[in-house]
Amino acid sequence: MVWVNAIIQGILTGGLYALFACGLSLMFGVMKVVNLAHGDLAIVGAYIALGVITITHIPVLWSFVIVVPIMAVLGYALQRTVIQAALDRSVLTTLLVTFGLSVVIENALLQFINANSHALGVGNSIITGSFSIGSQIQIAYLLVLIFAVAVVVLLGLQYFLSASRYGRMIRAVADDREAAQLSGVDYRHVFGIAAAIAFGTVALSGIAYGMYSQFAPTTGTDTILLFAFAAVVIGGLGSLWGTLLGGVILGVAQQIGAQINISYEVLAGYIVLLAVLVLRPQGLTGRRA
Amino acid sequence: MTLTTENAARSGENIRVTRSRRNVAWTGLGALVVVVVLALFPYIVYSGTTTIMVQAFIVLTLASMWNLLAGYAGLVSVGQQAFVGLGAYFVLILAINGTSPFAALPVAAVACGVAAVPLWWLVARLRSGYFAIGTWVLAATVMLIIERFSSIGGGTGMPLPGLSGYDPALLTAYTYWIALAVTVVALGTMYLVLRGRLGLVLTAIRDDETAARSSGARVGLARMGVFVIAGIFCGAAGAVQAISQLGVQPDSIFSVQWTAEMAFAVIIGGIGTIEGPILGTIVYIVLQQTLSSYNAWYLIVLGLVAIAVALYARRGLWGLIDDHLHVRLFPVGYWLWDADSSGRRRGLGRRGGPGRRGGLGGQGPGLGRRGRSLGRPGRGGQ
Repeated sequence: MVWVNAIIQGILTGGLYALFACGLSLMFGVMKVVNLAHGDLAIVGAYIALGVITITHIPVLWSFVIVVPIMAVLGYALQRTVIQAALDRSVLTTLLVTFGLSVVIENALLQFINANSHALGVGNSIITGSFSIGSQIQIAYLLVLIFAVAVVVLLGLQYFLSASRYGRMIRAVADDREAAQLSGVDYRHVFGIAAAIAFGTVALSGIAYGMYSQFAPTTGTDTILLFAFAAVVIGGLGSLWGTLLGGVILGVAQQIGAQINISYEVLAGYIVLLAVLVLRPQGLTGRRA
Repeated sequence: MTLTTENAARSGENIRVTRSRRNVAWTGLGALVVVVVLALFPYIVYSGTTTIMVQAFIVLTLASMWNLLAGYAGLVSVGQQAFVGLGAYFVLILAINGTSPFAALPVAAVACGVAAVPLWWLVARLRSGYFAIGTWVLAATVMLIIERFSSIGGGTGMPLPGLSGYDPALLTAYTYWIALAVTVVALGTMYLVLRGRLGLVLTAIRDDETAARSSGARVGLARMGVFVIAGIFCGAAGAVQAISQLGVQPDSIFSVQWTAEMAFAVIIGGIGTIEGPILGTIVYIVLQQTLSSYNAWYLIVLGLVAIAVALYARRGLWGLIDDHLHVRLFPVGYWLWDADSSGRRRGLGRRGGPGRRGGLGGQGPGLGRRGRSLGRPGRGGQ
């Protein structure tokens, strides 16, 4: 029964990891940018949520209404300035610049806030509560909620990309930038929109993580970036549903590892990732390039 | 070698091929003098200074290796701290078993090179950004595995045995000398590698990977070679760090901050040149010492400067100097002279070779202001 519990918990945590991975996957898919500052930006989102809640006393679960637009605007601005400037130069430059951003953000958070851990929504019954199935399995409402949000975000992204006007523009630019430009698309603006959406999901993942666990300035890279990467690689590059599958497999691997020995939790996830890299580098859902 | 035949053919056309526009012997002599003076430092400066110098040597060694990876082989690794940590831990393991940490250092470095082979195999298929995060995950994984062994300190680390017998002043001096030795060997190796066959292959890959492949360059092997060399010297730097800190602590020895430091030093100094990391390290140490009382500020400032340099002065500080003075302390490319003209100023400038631009490209051909480029402008980039 403990194993069934571990698998159920793992699947639900997988939703959180898929949410982490959305933004990373979208930015790579559209702009070919691997945003090394991804995790730190999610933590910035969590800190903004913390600030917003402290100032406005808005319920934690509704904080995304304010935080997501703020992060989306930040995403658009960053894309149109720093990231676009780096993209115009070379792939190497985008890596150097986003890595620089990552270090700057992390240390700025350490410097201006502090190294202490924070959490969102302590004492909120929906966030800390759970229901049980049988005597062994306890399921937190929060994990179910996050999993549902992840599925809704993935569905929304898929619908947006396939059906909406901007979605078509994003796909067109991702497929063939010159051809899209010839058809009158301003690719810089489209990249900005894609970054805004990606940063919106980054904000959601930051808030979700803040409610799920404690966060500190270093959590961004230690946990969010690396787990997001693991979910993307396990699931297969460029596939939204593969990302969910990758997140779920990562979550299950971690929970099973934790069941064997609590200190194996993170290691088990990475070992599955490395195994996928060796045995099936295109990911579980990916086709061979 | 084809190069010799090419030289002969060229000389038939009255063109002389040299490594540099200036006489390399003077640079070599200069480097020797610098090393000798640096080696005398423990006799003339306070131990506080040599301690800072040890940090500078560690950063310089790491930066040179990161430069080799990112600037020459196009491998942006964010996981070099894996080797820093492994080097430190190999020294610790050998010291626990009774070896002197100083004698253990070269063994640890070689062991890191050996460990680099399977680690390379794990991430070899990843490209650019995913390679970066892949190596990061690798470093995290190595740390988590090392922390499982309580006999070498588990998650808290342990002091390095075998150093307590030394007189403190002597220990500081030995640490300084071994740090200097590691740096000199690292820079020397890098210089020879880039002048040799591997350097040529790397230049070919950087200019056009597909063309290099179709000409028979073994791209994968060349990249693995670079990864192994970087592993060896990052391991050696980690071993020096363990000796200078008199112990090992997993969280700090496997910290991604190592990669941040090496990357920033390289970017600011000038990626893709041997001289760049030296300048970058000086900037790094000066900033770190100046801002040391302001906690995390030095990394914020360094990060912002590095972003600005990466965007607006892509060849770094050394690039700015090179543009104006055409200096090359460690020439790894070739320079063609029109031997007919006695006036050196009419030398045909071909300043290609890995030393020229690094992986950032886009700066146009290596046109000396007084010369004409024979080389086709490298595409650079990735």
